[in-house]
Amino acid sequence: MKIRTERSTLLFNIVGYVVISILSLLCLLPFWLIISGSFSSEAEIVRDGFKIFPSEFTFSAYQSVFSNPQQIFKAYLVSISLTAVGTLLGLFFISMAGYVLSRKDFKYRNSLAFFIYFTTLFSGGMIPWYILIVKYLDWKDSYLALLVPMMIGAWNIILMKNFMKSIPESIVESAKIDGAGEFTIYSKLVLPLSTPGLATIGLFLGLAYWNDWFSANIFITTEAKYPLQFLLYKILASAAVLKTSVAANLSADFKPPTESLKMAVAIVVTGPIIFLYPFLQRYFVKGLTIGAVKG
Amino acid sequence: MSGFIAELRKNKILFLMIAPVLVFFVVFSYFPMVGVYYAFTNYNFDGGLFGSPFVGMQNFKFLYESGALFSLTKNTVLYNLAFIFIGNLLQIVCAIFLSELTGKWFKKTTQSIMFLPFFISFVLVGAFVFNLFNTETGVINALLKQLGMHTYDFYMNTEPWKYIIVFFNVWKGLGYGTVIYLAAIMSISDEYHEAAKIDGANIFHRIRYITIPMLVPTFILLILLSLGGILKGQFDLFYQIIGSNGMLYETTDIIDTYVYRSLAVNFDIGMGTAAGLYQSFFGFVLIMSVNWIIKKTREDYALF
Repeated sequence: MKIRTERSTLLFNIVGYVVISILSLLCLLPFWLIISGSFSSEAEIVRDGFKIFPSEFTFSAYQSVFSNPQQIFKAYLVSISLTAVGTLLGLFFISMAGYVLSRKDFKYRNSLAFFIYFTTLFSGGMIPWYILIVKYLDWKDSYLALLVPMMIGAWNIILMKNFMKSIPESIVESAKIDGAGEFTIYSKLVLPLSTPGLATIGLFLGLAYWNDWFSANIFITTEAKYPLQFLLYKILASAAVLKTSVAANLSADFKPPTESLKMAVAIVVTGPIIFLYPFLQRYFVKGLTIGAVKG
Repeated sequence: MSGFIAELRKNKILFLMIAPVLVFFVVFSYFPMVGVYYAFTNYNFDGGLFGSPFVGMQNFKFLYESGALFSLTKNTVLYNLAFIFIGNLLQIVCAIFLSELTGKWFKKTTQSIMFLPFFISFVLVGAFVFNLFNTETGVINALLKQLGMHTYDFYMNTEPWKYIIVFFNVWKGLGYGTVIYLAAIMSISDEYHEAAKIDGANIFHRIRYITIPMLVPTFILLILLSLGGILKGQFDLFYQIIGSNGMLYETTDIIDTYVYRSLAVNFDIGMGTAAGLYQSFFGFVLIMSVNWIIKKTREDYALF
């Protein structure tokens, strides 16, 4: 009997380790291929294609990227600014709304919550939304079009409300008896107690801003205003050429490294997320397990 | 009405605090709902909302008669079904393995790796696809060349892209879903497993008779919620993988990519809005039905 149980556990463990290892490798493989491509020489890629291991290891693609880094720095600046401003403003408005909706003595909280929730059930579609922003708000080629439309989402408000509901009501009530105003209660008492919720929603928002390429795709026409992901998209699609000093200084028929350069740009653009990843993941997992399944 | 004004006066600050969000939704969600009127016009930019010629149901009729509506709906629904079922099943498998395996370091590392794709942008997914499948320099064709075999022109064949799209969707959501299911497994009381062990159940028995039955409610809830959104396509995924490669539309065009092309490529505002309205309307009907079903069976899980 004892031996049989051990055997089934052993079998389970072998299958488990194998399956999980294979899936993990599959998750890593595309990243590895991009890294490998970025360190390959252009001649090798043109001759043999991208390989799993480069046979000639070279930094030349990165040298090209950083030989004239203004364009990428500018795009970094745009993305960082949008992410920071958008996330902070979004958290401010979302948490205020969440606070109001979590107040049980607020008479209209259910109707207002439904007014917000309804936007997830039915929408006018992308085209009326686009025409509103371009024709009526006149935000074509404006940073506002990248910042405002994605700032507030109904799900984030609902999530915030659920996080705040778990704060004991007695805290709010005793502050009210002491004569504190609503905004003071929100900013001094409720917000500090809602840090897990703020962290989770802040990460959702920040990630959405950082990874956004679509808004720029339909709203931005000036190349200098491209955020990072959209610049990468344009370079990958060969619709924009990275302005390297190599390309600028040489004659028109000189062909700069393109394939390995695309891979190097992908790495340079994604790098920060990978470095922040251990931190991001910890908060994400925490927030998800607290609130997301059913708040 | 006077009751509302009294309430407004009493809770002035609360109303002020929620006002920005309400204004936001009026402008960016409710105002565009008026714009579904475009679907019934032959829109031109000068005429605007009410100056363009009214054509009634003509746009919908064209979408229906050209067969576009059927093939777009079919693609959208089938892709979503594949995403939902393959995705959830793999997530459950991973969650069960991760909950039972004992190597702490192994579990932590692999879980981190599997969560990584969730954090990257779809543009990078596009870079992966370019790196793997492009005809001249892609990894797969490079391998085929090295082995002395004929290269395969992915961009001329519709068949492989179904699997590529499903693969990358499942790939991107694996870690996220695993965390959700892992949380559900962790909430199962240890007593069940201990009792089963004493009764001589092996690990397969315990998974079959304890873990899986306990996961069923979470599974059904997640499936139902996803079914409500089955007409909504993942634009980012499809656009970054397929792009504007018309050769592949037959099997890879979904409602969202069609709407996008109506706006950005064909400039057919009326037709695009009509397709979008069709999606929104039936999406609404679907989610109401799903909610009705949940309410009938498990009231506490209902959305509203």
